[in-house]
Amino acid sequence: MRRQIPQLLTAIVGFVYIIQFFIPHKPFNLFERMFSDWFLIIAACAIWLGVLNLLKLSSEKVYKRGKDWPYSLVSICGFFLITIAGLFFSGGRHFQDPGTPFDYVYVNIFTPLSATMFALLAFFVASASYRAFRARSKEATLLLLAGFFVMLGRVPVGDLITSWLPEGYRLSNLTDWIMNVPQTAGQRAIMIGIALGIMSTSLRVILGIERTITGGE
Amino acid sequence: MEFFEKLMSIDRRVIFFFVGVALIVPFFLDIGQKIEISPEVQALYDAFMELPPGSKVLMTFDYDPPSAPELQPQAITALRLCFDRNLKVIMIGLWPMGPMQANLALGTIFSEKKYLDKEPVYGVDYVNLGYSPGNELVIQRMGSSIPATFPRDFQGTPVEEIPLMQGIVNFSNIDFVFNLSAGYPGTVEWVQFAVDRFHARMGAANTAVQAPLVYPYVHAGQLTGLSGGMKGAAEFEKLTGFIGKGTKFMLSQSFAHVIVILFIIIGNTAYFVTRGREKRS
Repeated sequence: MRRQIPQLLTAIVGFVYIIQFFIPHKPFNLFERMFSDWFLIIAACAIWLGVLNLLKLSSEKVYKRGKDWPYSLVSICGFFLITIAGLFFSGGRHFQDPGTPFDYVYVNIFTPLSATMFALLAFFVASASYRAFRARSKEATLLLLAGFFVMLGRVPVGDLITSWLPEGYRLSNLTDWIMNVPQTAGQRAIMIGIALGIMSTSLRVILGIERTITGGE
Repeated sequence: MEFFEKLMSIDRRVIFFFVGVALIVPFFLDIGQKIEISPEVQALYDAFMELPPGSKVLMTFDYDPPSAPELQPQAITALRLCFDRNLKVIMIGLWPMGPMQANLALGTIFSEKKYLDKEPVYGVDYVNLGYSPGNELVIQRMGSSIPATFPRDFQGTPVEEIPLMQGIVNFSNIDFVFNLSAGYPGTVEWVQFAVDRFHARMGAANTAVQAPLVYPYVHAGQLTGLSGGMKGAAEFEKLTGFIGKGTKFMLSQSFAHVIVILFIIIGNTAYFVTRGREKRS
């Protein structure tokens, strides 16, 4: 029963969603709305699950003095700092209103730190490009040339370098052609492949053929 | 070690240094750049300009602070366009920090005298409905009922009490959707559900990494316009006549791209010279 009930629920919900797509009338649209509302509620509860799991893992690491345990302590302190600031120090206003401690932490600590971590990628990408973009083979050369033209064409410098060419034949035009023709064709092929894979896997899950989802083999 | 062999394996800290210089030095320079408008950004701008005053625009903030340097300028530009043309703006987020980014964009706009004098009224000219978990199921649920999906706004006010939300049931009551997206859930899910299923009219602003993924939707007509990365932000700003961070930061991006390309050329030159010598010996 431990596997049969989840499989039965999966099949019912899956078929309802498929049928209501083609027959958006009663009673299927009512079922769809009910299941969607239930999903939104479960998704909201899942946030709590993630938070509690994070606290549990971080606390265990701190307690056992595991590798890099000070960072786990920082995670726990950061979590409680922002939760307490939002819940108890908003001065009667909504906790996300401008001027509240929560807003101050978000704007002055979280936003700059997040943006900084992401900005570090620029340096690593530059270093990786220098090492990876070598014309070792025909395919690597094609990749190198495409990257070369797209990088230059995506900034005004590309058109500056080719300003002596007539309009319509400059680097930005070549970049647009690369993005609109071969790149789009490749993306379409990948999308269709992924969509077919999703359809196939979804049908297997709904029909109970794919049992790994519910803990089977 | 021979010179060209050294060039093939430059210490990455040297590369980091030059990239850092390329990014920082432009802040102290005053060099203008010619920004060419791409057809996708032009189509996005035209879509906004075709909306009559009073039209309802749903702006979805599906990004967080790491993607803000690319998307926040576009959000600010779009909000300017909406307030200038008296379009009504409904803001939501499928990412938890989306609504906070929306508030930051509004704060930037309302710090200007032009918009303080104009006095857009919350609940009448714009509203922030906040975040809803559920990813693409949120979009599907909005197709049936937007008030049921977002029963309260960002501050907890029931939507029945918000004048702007009167008469809004689903996507058929929304004139244009403008999606700002950095990943999942984002433009792809909005096209799959809002555009394909519920026939919403939609434009998008994406990060430079995600923009290539949605080009097929532009060519299929499912997306009415696309603005990608900081270049897209600069183009959008140029079309609206407002010089913002998208335009200002393009100089740094230009310099950085040139530095990366120079290093690639150095690496390949050293590679070919070294390989030629190995073959001859």
